[in-house]
Amino acid sequence: MAKHKTPLLDQLESGPWPSFVSDMKQEAAARAKNVNKVEYQIPQDAVEDLLGVLELSYVDGSTHWKHGGIVGVFGYGGGVIGRYCDQPEKFPGVAHFHTMRVSQPAGKFYTTEYLRQLCDLWDLRGSGLTNMHGSTGDIIFLGTTTPQLEEVFYELTHTFNQDLGGSGSNLRTPADCIGQARCEYACYDTQDLCHTLTNDYQDELHRPAFPYKFKFKFDGCPNCCVASIARSDMSFIGTWKDDIRIDQDAVAGYVKGDFKPNAGAHAGRDWGKFDIQKEVIGLCPTGCMKYENGKLTIDNRECTRCMHCINVMPRALRPGKETGCSILCGAKAPILDGAQMGSLLVPFIEVNKEDGYQAIKDVIEAVWDWWMEEGKNRERLGELMKRQGLQKLLEMTNIKPVPQHVKEPRSNPYIFWKEEEVKGGWDRDINEFRKHHLR
Amino acid sequence: MAFISSGYNPDKPMENRLTDMGPRHFEEFYPEVIKNNKGKWLYHEILKPGVLVHVAESGDEVYTVRVGSARLMSVTHIREICDIADKHCSGHLRFTTRNNIEFMVDSKDKVAPLIKDLESRKFDGGSFKFPIGGTGAGISNIVHTQGWIHCHTPATDASGTVKATMDKVFSDFQNMRMPAHLRISMACCLNMCGAVHCSDIAILGYHRKPPMVDHAYLDKMCEVPLAIAACPTAALKPKKVDLDGTTVNSVEVNKNRCMFCGNCYTMCPSLPLADKDGDGIVLMAGGKVSNRISSPKFSKVVVAFIPNEMPRWPTMTKKITDIIEAYAADARKYERLGEWAERIGWERFFEKTGLEFTHHLIDDFRDPAYYTWRQTTNFKF
Repeated sequence: MAKHKTPLLDQLESGPWPSFVSDMKQEAAARAKNVNKVEYQIPQDAVEDLLGVLELSYVDGSTHWKHGGIVGVFGYGGGVIGRYCDQPEKFPGVAHFHTMRVSQPAGKFYTTEYLRQLCDLWDLRGSGLTNMHGSTGDIIFLGTTTPQLEEVFYELTHTFNQDLGGSGSNLRTPADCIGQARCEYACYDTQDLCHTLTNDYQDELHRPAFPYKFKFKFDGCPNCCVASIARSDMSFIGTWKDDIRIDQDAVAGYVKGDFKPNAGAHAGRDWGKFDIQKEVIGLCPTGCMKYENGKLTIDNRECTRCMHCINVMPRALRPGKETGCSILCGAKAPILDGAQMGSLLVPFIEVNKEDGYQAIKDVIEAVWDWWMEEGKNRERLGELMKRQGLQKLLEMTNIKPVPQHVKEPRSNPYIFWKEEEVKGGWDRDINEFRKHHLR
Repeated sequence: MAFISSGYNPDKPMENRLTDMGPRHFEEFYPEVIKNNKGKWLYHEILKPGVLVHVAESGDEVYTVRVGSARLMSVTHIREICDIADKHCSGHLRFTTRNNIEFMVDSKDKVAPLIKDLESRKFDGGSFKFPIGGTGAGISNIVHTQGWIHCHTPATDASGTVKATMDKVFSDFQNMRMPAHLRISMACCLNMCGAVHCSDIAILGYHRKPPMVDHAYLDKMCEVPLAIAACPTAALKPKKVDLDGTTVNSVEVNKNRCMFCGNCYTMCPSLPLADKDGDGIVLMAGGKVSNRISSPKFSKVVVAFIPNEMPRWPTMTKKITDIIEAYAADARKYERLGEWAERIGWERFFEKTGLEFTHHLIDDFRDPAYYTWRQTTNFKF
């Protein structure tokens, strides 16, 4: 018997898509029944009360969670989000209901053994509800009480060799695409770079020393499946410098219709016979491809590596072998001064596992030095870039400006010349001037 | 319930303390076929919606069955996922960026039993536990935020709007009839934890009433200068308020300058702005993150406001499906929603989708606004 009536939420149980309401009810029932005799460390009816407070929000049209609250684990400034219900008397099971962010493994692969261990821990010490995963990438443990925070942390670190993720003005838990683990497009090992930087920068992740949040994301190719270009302060996107590898026999296979274009992604509709001229050559944004006499040629120097031809003919075309990544900076969501897309900082950099990615770390640390020195309280990197200019970022990272850095050159002449760039400097004698120019 | 100690000693927090070990190493979790072929994959193919094969140089194959999930997930549900992975996938699985679950097997004959098992499982309420799909030129799972389940600033619910939308577009989760893939994202306020600002269709919760000022508590709860500095439009200024004969430090809101971003509330809990009638949904469209053919794009506001209609947001889902159907009917193969809108022109976008164009949709926020006005005589009647 449910503790609270939830007539509005009940309407979200029907329909084909997995119902979070049904899942919550299933968990509420499992806790009530407690077949395994778990000594629940937070109220057994927490999920019942969560359903109750959510139903109230559906009636009221507004949230019933209070603003934050300073809770956490000793020595860390992130990883725990304090959360208190604003109707604690009606819903005592969720009166204190903090979130814990658990740093996910790169690539989000798991063994069931490990997931079951996490489930057992969260069953005992939390609500038994999670997000798999939060938007930034962490495993989210949703709802526990203050005394349990250190206990969960102790178990995670001592039993599972597992740390918390980031929150607040920290490095946020980095996230990556599936990369070379199962994708033929990946130009570098996103998992290894993500894991290495996450571990090398644990201090930045746990102890707030930044002006505001800072996100790394790693995409193996310009398809950007993890959306790094739109939502990370520093985005590492795999790319290549040499020629796209062509298998002419496989190209012929696509032309003949032996292989489905775009790996079969368009199979839900009859789009007619594959037409390489129209679907590949004609859509190439730089017009750098030709298909003549049964042979595909690419003027690779003119290619901007958009991935379209490779996506359409994955059996025939592969990225080049001289791979690395581009680094873009400053992406963020609209708050406050409008959304920002990542802007190109490093056109190409080697992704060198052997030396612990030193070249990449040098860029990161130069960016951080500048941002930590100049960034205002709660100013994202992208906002600082807007305020001080891309030139300043290039100067601080010691990167030579090249046309690749811009879509187009400026259309106003308001250049902030530096004194040393102008012959004779800026100090002049007005009396000397007046000798030749009367008042 | 008796307190069970993990071994942590609150009197000596530093005793045996372990910190900074980061996440578990990804290689511990790779299935055998992934471990053996990492970096040596040749090509992939979508065999049917939700089912992929990747073929390696070695000739090895990995078959992936992708299923949708509500990212809000109980341990009971995760244990069921584990049961499936134990039975079919040697105890391995992965999650995708878009909250899908991927079950992988190393040979074709293992695929059909896995699919049969996944399709057979339903929640008591009747919905699928593991719907197969989310590949290719279709609609994948919606990435989203917390909403009313656990956040203090939302203007709508996340899980509910997502469930309502995915139910409506469910056939396109399991089909690939779209001109290109179509990504829907949801953020319950413009903090956009979900970074929905570059999605083909973005569902965004938004407030429309300026903050109330809780004068009696503001100076106790907040740093007045921080609250004032948080406002991007300088709508807040310091004010001394007389409360029953006592003068307290507080702030005054210039309501006409407020753009309802809620940043002041983030800094100061005494400035709440949520409201049943004020809050609702903004729809944005035409964004993308891929560099394919055209550059990544921001989503544009195409519906300024839809009221919150719990529990299923019918006006919102109707407008979303109107956009999707207009796009599906009119766009060319490979053309993303934003590319289609740009090719036909936004005047045609509103005509074909049936959405109403109102003054709210003309940008008037700072410099970038100017660049979005039409500065040519080239337009369509």
